Amino acid sequence: MVKLTIDSKVVEVPEGTTILEAAKSAQIKIPTLCHHPDLPPTAACGICIVKVGNRMVRSCCTPVAEGMEVITRDPDIIEARRTVLKLTLSKHPNECLTCLKNDTCELRKLSADFGIRDTEFANITPSKEEMPLDDSTKSIVLDPRKCILCGRCVEVCQNVQNVWALSMLKRGISTHISPAADNKLGDSPCIKCGQCTAHCPTGALTERDDTQYVWSLLQDPEKYCVVQIAPAVRVAIGEAFGYKPGEITTGKIYAALRRLGFDAVFDTNFGADVTIMEEGSEFIERFVNGKGALPLITSCCPAWVDYMEKYFSDMIPHFSSCKSPHEIVGALAKTYYADKVNIPTEKMRVISIMPCTAKKFEILRSEEMFSSGFQDVDVSLTTRELARMIKQAGIDFVNLPEEEADSPLGAYTGAGTVFGFSGGVMEAALRTVHAIVTGKEMPEDALEVKPILGLDKGIKEMTMDLAGKEVRIAVAHGIGHVQALLEKVREAEQKGEEPPYHFIEVMACQGGCVGGGGQPLGVTDEIRKARMEGLMKDDRGSKQRCSHLNPDVKKLYDEFLGKPLSERSHHLLHTSYQKRELYKK
Amino acid sequence: MADDKVKIQEDTRKMLVKWKTKRGSLIMALHEIQGAFGYVPWDSMEVVAEELKIPMAQIYSVLTFYNHFKLTAPGKVVISICDGTACHIKGGQSVIEAFEKELGVPAGTTTEDGLFYIQIVRCLGCCGLAPVVVVNGKTYGRVTPLDAPKIVAEWRETMAKEGA
Repeated sequence: MVKLTIDSKVVEVPEGTTILEAAKSAQIKIPTLCHHPDLPPTAACGICIVKVGNRMVRSCCTPVAEGMEVITRDPDIIEARRTVLKLTLSKHPNECLTCLKNDTCELRKLSADFGIRDTEFANITPSKEEMPLDDSTKSIVLDPRKCILCGRCVEVCQNVQNVWALSMLKRGISTHISPAADNKLGDSPCIKCGQCTAHCPTGALTERDDTQYVWSLLQDPEKYCVVQIAPAVRVAIGEAFGYKPGEITTGKIYAALRRLGFDAVFDTNFGADVTIMEEGSEFIERFVNGKGALPLITSCCPAWVDYMEKYFSDMIPHFSSCKSPHEIVGALAKTYYADKVNIPTEKMRVISIMPCTAKKFEILRSEEMFSSGFQDVDVSLTTRELARMIKQAGIDFVNLPEEEADSPLGAYTGAGTVFGFSGGVMEAALRTVHAIVTGKEMPEDALEVKPILGLDKGIKEMTMDLAGKEVRIAVAHGIGHVQALLEKVREAEQKGEEPPYHFIEVMACQGGCVGGGGQPLGVTDEIRKARMEGLMKDDRGSKQRCSHLNPDVKKLYDEFLGKPLSERSHHLLHTSYQKRELYKK
Repeated sequence: MADDKVKIQEDTRKMLVKWKTKRGSLIMALHEIQGAFGYVPWDSMEVVAEELKIPMAQIYSVLTFYNHFKLTAPGKVVISICDGTACHIKGGQSVIEAFEKELGVPAGTTTEDGLFYIQIVRCLGCCGLAPVVVVNGKTYGRVTPLDAPKIVAEWRETMAKEGA
């Protein structure tokens, strides 16, 4: 332990702690801008400056020392911080009122806290013509004029996600954020995970806002609008209305969606249950019946699919051909459900509410996303966009009554809801695979597969007994961890050895979808954990906790699909993959 | 072009053999590539990324951080115009403008026919001759804006004779 004083207060912290963290433990909040708890400090902005003796240092990257005397506020420090802010603002457009990050921008908030009213520095922000927007992807918009070069997006894209789409190019006043060769994001290795949008402190990186388009669909009397919400949305959207992270607001979301004007309110969790029927059967085909490559790798995360197609296309035979849950609900809404309610498919629009920016890309990623004869999912909104729509509509979310989802694509089991966090898809699959292979339901106390849950490790491994055979399992979250895992698989394959695993789950974002790139901003591991616990609670409170026990799923197979992996299932619920280049040059 | 790409990538791969095993050799490798081609072509970068296992984003960051590296092919005739202190005082700026006007491209770029490249340099070490222009190693002293068309014409002729 190291003892020091911060603003005359004695503080004792472990060695290696930074001044910033030490101050936090003493209830002193030093302002930060480039710092993010998920990322190593880059010391780019200089706002967290403090005094150690007569020296000014950046508290985010300066470790404490025995006997150190730190001052975090005096007139010099405040003046230095104000200058940093004014200089940052001198190359930032004054467009706060019409900026998508208006209410969440960290720069705007600091500027307010420091009472910046006018500044002696001229504003030298380039015009929109000189520095155009990059809206080349369906998911993410990069507005380089609003970039303050904090480096968070580059750090998360390169070192956390290992994607290497964004980089800092040039130097000095010409420095800017861009893919290599000033390519557009759409022509770069970008996998649309949206972690850059979740970590950008300003409006430089945001989700593409599709809310106006959804309003136009809702206001069109000719359109029949179907909506579905993903697992992780229900434990996060409340944050936009003052709820604590992790509080389950499913019933209120259904109610809000009806009031927004949606004609049918479904749940992606139902689709997740169907995914398990298909993917679980796929695993049994491969593992028990020896048909197809092992390990089987999950494919419900579109950012992960994009990453695999770009960086590990030799793994395509290992990929589950099963579509992701929201695509399944989309395809079923436009076939099974449209028939039931006798709505012409061309009038139906399916909108999915996702914790994810990559889903916006997924809805157009291949021909198989048009399996109903129309685009199966027409629009995908992020959790953040839905929160904005609810606010815009003047819906008092907190005081809404709880409502139920509509039949037949709304009822879900606990297995469907755990899809929203890392390890959940595997857990849900194991519950059903166990029942099918052994003929016996998993005992209640074994339903939660502890070794593959949680945020502590990037790769979680375990073995499980399945009717006397050992199943080797791995779960990875945060796409940066995947490389090591897949290289192991590749190596074994090249040497002709037994595969190191039989079943692998991958989610591109840290913690899985609860930490998705489209979720409410300001996420930390603490928040990810709270959201995950919310979903676990939802699972424990469910009447059924295994996908194959969902009565509406059984009905779907009886009435429409036949059995898992049937011809109709293959046509509507499965997809294929192809190698993609990193750069389109 | 396709043949060019194959040749560039083959040559690059040969150059990288000695750098592959050494950590931290990206900049040295890029120097060697620029030495061979006069710039660092995208096709070379692809090979560097593959052989040195360095993401393109990082290679490109390094290349654009250092002014030394060029990303487009320089012309066959490189016109280096000095704008160091002495040349600047003696009217170097007007000489730059005269060459830009004569060739129709700004400094730092290559003419469309790929023949001429104008670069501004800081001091060529012969301030007594200011303003100084060096073209492919040949030094011209006390250059005036009126000399620009003459120098360009001279080199057009030279290159035509060489069959360029």
